[in-house]
Amino acid sequence: MSSATTIPDVSAAAEALLEIRTVAKRFGSHDVLKSISLNIAAGEFLTLLGESGSGKTTLLRLIAGFEEPTAGEIWMSGERLDPLPPYRRRVNTVFQNYALFPHLNVRENVAYGLKVRGTASAEVLERVGQALSMVKMDEFAAARPSRLSGGQQQRVALARALVNRPQLLLLDEPLSALDANLRKQMQSELKALQRQLGITFLFVTHDQEEAMALSDRIALLRDGALEQVASPREIYAHPATAYTAQFIGQTNLLRGEIRRGIATCGPLRWPLEEPDGPALFSLRPECIRLSREGARRNSEVKFRAGIRQQLYAGASELLEVDCGAGQILRVRVPACGSLTGEHDFVFTIADALRVQE
Amino acid sequence: MYSRTYKSLVSAPPLLWVALFLLLPYALMFAHSLWQVQDGALVHHWNLDNYKKLVTNPVYLEVLFRTVRIAASVMFCSLLLGYPLAYYLSFHSHARKELLYQLVIVPLWVSYLVRGYAWKTILGSDGVLNGLLQYLHITHEPVSFLLYSPFAVVLTLTHIYTPFVFLAIYASLEHIPRPLVEASHDLGAGPLSTFFRVILPLSMPGLVAGATFAFVLSLGDFLAPLLVGGSSSTMIANIVQSLFGAAYDWPLGSAISVCILVLIIGLLFLTERLEKRWSFK
Repeated sequence: MSSATTIPDVSAAAEALLEIRTVAKRFGSHDVLKSISLNIAAGEFLTLLGESGSGKTTLLRLIAGFEEPTAGEIWMSGERLDPLPPYRRRVNTVFQNYALFPHLNVRENVAYGLKVRGTASAEVLERVGQALSMVKMDEFAAARPSRLSGGQQQRVALARALVNRPQLLLLDEPLSALDANLRKQMQSELKALQRQLGITFLFVTHDQEEAMALSDRIALLRDGALEQVASPREIYAHPATAYTAQFIGQTNLLRGEIRRGIATCGPLRWPLEEPDGPALFSLRPECIRLSREGARRNSEVKFRAGIRQQLYAGASELLEVDCGAGQILRVRVPACGSLTGEHDFVFTIADALRVQE
Repeated sequence: MYSRTYKSLVSAPPLLWVALFLLLPYALMFAHSLWQVQDGALVHHWNLDNYKKLVTNPVYLEVLFRTVRIAASVMFCSLLLGYPLAYYLSFHSHARKELLYQLVIVPLWVSYLVRGYAWKTILGSDGVLNGLLQYLHITHEPVSFLLYSPFAVVLTLTHIYTPFVFLAIYASLEHIPRPLVEASHDLGAGPLSTFFRVILPLSMPGLVAGATFAFVLSLGDFLAPLLVGGSSSTMIANIVQSLFGAAYDWPLGSAISVCILVLIIGLLFLTERLEKRWSFK
């Protein structure tokens, strides 16, 4: 594989901090990344989302410099990044298990990057102090990492990276080792910090909720290729593929066909002006409502289905309903008390999104 | 849980073993060091004369200093060889790791005596090295200082103890989490800086263990000076050996042994504290 002449992407290049150009990575005979192209704008919070083995961590390691791409180029601020060793890149990483130096205390850990670059000791002291108070860890400055809890180690790791004022901060599943409550808290702190500092964050996670909550844009990876890159709202409301629709949030996938302006999925039928042929639709559970009144608007599809299962979740309920002919749908409705037997349901035609296989 | 009977049954043999073959001999040795030999016979007359002899007779102190010097040289040389080897294997050998590891271990299977004799044939005046030097016209007659010198002892002992030093250091290097090395690079430290700031400090426990190993074992060695050392490199263990043998002065030999034992126990105590300070768990 030779890196072919890169196609200049003028529109995005003007403001892009990081440009990933047709980057591929192969381990042995396994293609971990297949020709990824992605631009990251300055100040953006971009999340690489994907299942384990999708290549998201590999992409991060290519940018940090711990791995070399098999093909393609990585550019940052008009400088080619991929031939540089990791210690020459203006990029810092927050590692999955923090990777704090066990033989150094918190202050020495945070000062590490400044010291190796020969920063004057007065400045080191000042910036380390600032970084530690930024993550609220001043009082632990003299403690060894082994004495700290997971959340505290997380903060030190963040301070250790941010004290170097990187142009780009890479975060490799930094919250995955924390328990649920702490995780939520760290998420909002992380987001606030990113806003406040204006540093570009490239965040890796397998948790779609986390990605939705934090990101300006989400890049969804699947088997080493980009499935879709879009803002959380866009990617949720308009998933391009069935995989995206299922990975981001929950959905019902309806397999059917279009013939002479009518879409048919089992017992469900609605008018759709598209060419004839097989079709796949994504219909979110919350787009289906219980229909108590008899009338139906033209823009809606109404159907009758039996309740198979009801899962109570406090504010809402998740129903599993059978509309006949083997078509099972999941429906999310506001808490409505116990339901049995058959009921009328309705959804808006525009909410049944046509997606690629 | 285990019953009382079971516990005492299981712990009795090792306790008995230690008491019979370790504590009892040491106690006997200590007792001997306070006795004397008169007219070729051991008399149980308690006194400190043997220890006085050690302090006042310069020969013993001279040999002890030479022994410490040789042991320190062996320690230094095997660290110098063992550390880079362990570092290379642990961090940079990649796919050849297993093979190289085995190659380092293989010499351990060869008997100490065989290796001693091997050096004798290499260093001797009609040995391999002298033959080569003369063949290359670097020297015109055999060089005699190679064999039967402290140099030969240090060389032989270094050869024997380097694999042990290597193993101790290698184990501690293998325990360093690799993300720490990546974190150091990530924070702007090049390979050299990373080595001195992260890898070396974190491998100190292994380094101290390996150094102690080489030093202590060299300190008590008597075979290498016997095989390749000659009279100029007599070590303290050779003196002890002759005192227990031909010279037939067990009390003086015991006194020397007690001194060395105290020295070594002190050393082990010190290094264990160092190892503890440098392990960060």
